[in-house]
Amino acid sequence: MTEFPNVRIPIGDVVENFIDFLAMNFDAFFDFIFVISSSMIKGLEAGLLAIPWWIFIIIIFLLGWYFTNLYGGLLFGAFIFLIGTFDLWPETMTTISIVLISVILSLVIGIPLGVGTAFSKTLSTVMRPVLDAMQTMPSFVYLIPVIFFFPLGNVPAVIATIIYALPPVIRLTELGIRNVDKEVVESAQSFGSSTSQMLMKVQLPQALPTIMAGVNQTTMMALSMAVVGSMVGAQGLGERVLYAINRIDISLGFEAGISIVFLAIIIDRITGGIANRLQKHRRDAA
Amino acid sequence: MTVKLKVENVSKIFGPRPKKVIPMVEKGVPKDEILAKTGHTVGVYNASMEIMEGETFVIMGLSGSGKSTLIRCLNLLNKPTSGAIYVDGENVVGYNKNQLKYFRQKKIAMVFQHFGLFSHRTVLENIEYGLEIRGMSKAERREIAGKHLETVGLKGYENQYPDELSGGMRQRVGIARALANDPDILLMDEPFSALDPLIRREMQLELLDIQNKLQKTIIFITHDVNEAFKIGDRVAVMKDGKVEQVGTPEEILEKPASNYISEFIRDIDRSKILQAEHIMSKPYGLVSLKDGLNVAIQVMRENGISSAFVTDRKRQIQGIVTVDQAINGLKEKKTLQEVMSTEVKTVRPDEYVQDIIPFVLDSKYPIVVTDEDRTIKGIILRVHVLASLISESTDEQNETQKL
Repeated sequence: MTEFPNVRIPIGDVVENFIDFLAMNFDAFFDFIFVISSSMIKGLEAGLLAIPWWIFIIIIFLLGWYFTNLYGGLLFGAFIFLIGTFDLWPETMTTISIVLISVILSLVIGIPLGVGTAFSKTLSTVMRPVLDAMQTMPSFVYLIPVIFFFPLGNVPAVIATIIYALPPVIRLTELGIRNVDKEVVESAQSFGSSTSQMLMKVQLPQALPTIMAGVNQTTMMALSMAVVGSMVGAQGLGERVLYAINRIDISLGFEAGISIVFLAIIIDRITGGIANRLQKHRRDAA
Repeated sequence: MTVKLKVENVSKIFGPRPKKVIPMVEKGVPKDEILAKTGHTVGVYNASMEIMEGETFVIMGLSGSGKSTLIRCLNLLNKPTSGAIYVDGENVVGYNKNQLKYFRQKKIAMVFQHFGLFSHRTVLENIEYGLEIRGMSKAERREIAGKHLETVGLKGYENQYPDELSGGMRQRVGIARALANDPDILLMDEPFSALDPLIRREMQLELLDIQNKLQKTIIFITHDVNEAFKIGDRVAVMKDGKVEQVGTPEEILEKPASNYISEFIRDIDRSKILQAEHIMSKPYGLVSLKDGLNVAIQVMRENGISSAFVTDRKRQIQGIVTVDQAINGLKEKKTLQEVMSTEVKTVRPDEYVQDIIPFVLDSKYPIVVTDEDRTIKGIILRVHVLASLISESTDEQNETQKL
């Protein structure tokens, strides 16, 4: 009795059949998503590449200065300049586009879902294991079905990125809304606010700092998917890292890798700065 | 005075199946036992009260007595498990969503213990919130909000954020925000409890001031007896979710309905609550001017006193005559008017005992309580003042008053 009995519950097959079924019957739907997201990425990428390099550096400097401090702005500008010297400028712009589009789509999906889970206990209970799965399931596993639906390239990478990066914004939106001071909610109620007025005028603004922390997390996680995304054909810095691995090119690998780190630092500090700024007037005022 | 708000047998029980617990509460099972057995918390049980238009009604009780739960029933932040609440004769418990919204927007507003301000909005934006959600135009609501900001003395702070203000100022914003809605009824849930004592006293006086001007119906919650008696026209005392007694501060002081209430009010400074009319006795030993000295001596002898107050026909006080003065007067064949002394210390019926104490200490004679045209209402002896300060002696004192 040391060996497990020869029983097989074929969950894997069920999932595979289901994916096949989706791929065959919802062709048009996935084509639609593909066209939309691929044109969004292309558009943003083209836009970023159209900006002269020095203007881009100035923009990053100004953002850094405004949301952190002068020192931060100078440092971020220097980072971008360094990336330029690595001869990775177009790749960086591609990565920024993929990350930005993934983040925007994550927010569009995640914030309403977070609001929903804050208001409905049932939805919250259902969502919790789903979110856990999204965060812990190795991302390679859902890369496989994603390429069934979309041609190799940036779009499956964006979809995989969204799956991985979505949970924090949902979780923190829920947390933010649930944690709005009870008396503040009561006072809004006592004035006869409707549900939507309550949400738009009180709960979301009050939860904004927490939601911004979620946005920050989501952005960082999206960036960390850059390399994994290149396995399904995404271009950009991740693709360079992958290329360097195959060629055992330490120099290129390090340069592409450190560029991703630079982007991460810049994005983290700027979104963190935005969150702090929102926080400014609301500490213990309730 | 008309009844503005009537609470009728309201109970509020928290838990998954509150209605099921009602029979247990009716049987008088204690709160703790109900919680242990069923997991339900009894917030309020069978509370009834009538609140008059323009009245300041205080609900007093220790924490956990259900006072905050009850006040939240009044604007349906808590929906009562059973019972009815009538505002202007309409049962608001039965309101549908729209009626409730209208009721909250127009008729009733609330001030919170921890202010409940919107930290993402400026002071002015906080005050105009109630008007904004009604759909009032920006110019109009700005004007109204500005006016109320001035009422609470915060002019110049329009564009500050709540966390830039002190506690007292934040609560002023809370009050202005409630007043801006121009509600008939103002609910105040321990509005001054979070403030330090000096600011609290100042705010209490200001509230009385505002109330004098606006004449709202105010329902005020507090755990502080002194605050309750200072502010309230009438006070309800709650314990364990039940209303123990409703009455004016004097009624509660004079006739506490239970030992619990006696305990509660034991530490109160009675001299700040009781007024001359509560401690005075019926005037006795009065002589009319036309009666003359013989009658005066007669009256004093009958009453066993050494001085008598002299009045005219309309019972307006004219002076005081002592027995010595009267006897000397008789010998010298003078009239009552000639021998009496016109220096009589008088007080008004609504003067507080604490203000009367110095006069009583200074004067050899009783103090006279008169109304505006100097008509005698009663007299106060030193013993009355002393008795009033000791709660145990209330029965004795009532007997004196009956004389």
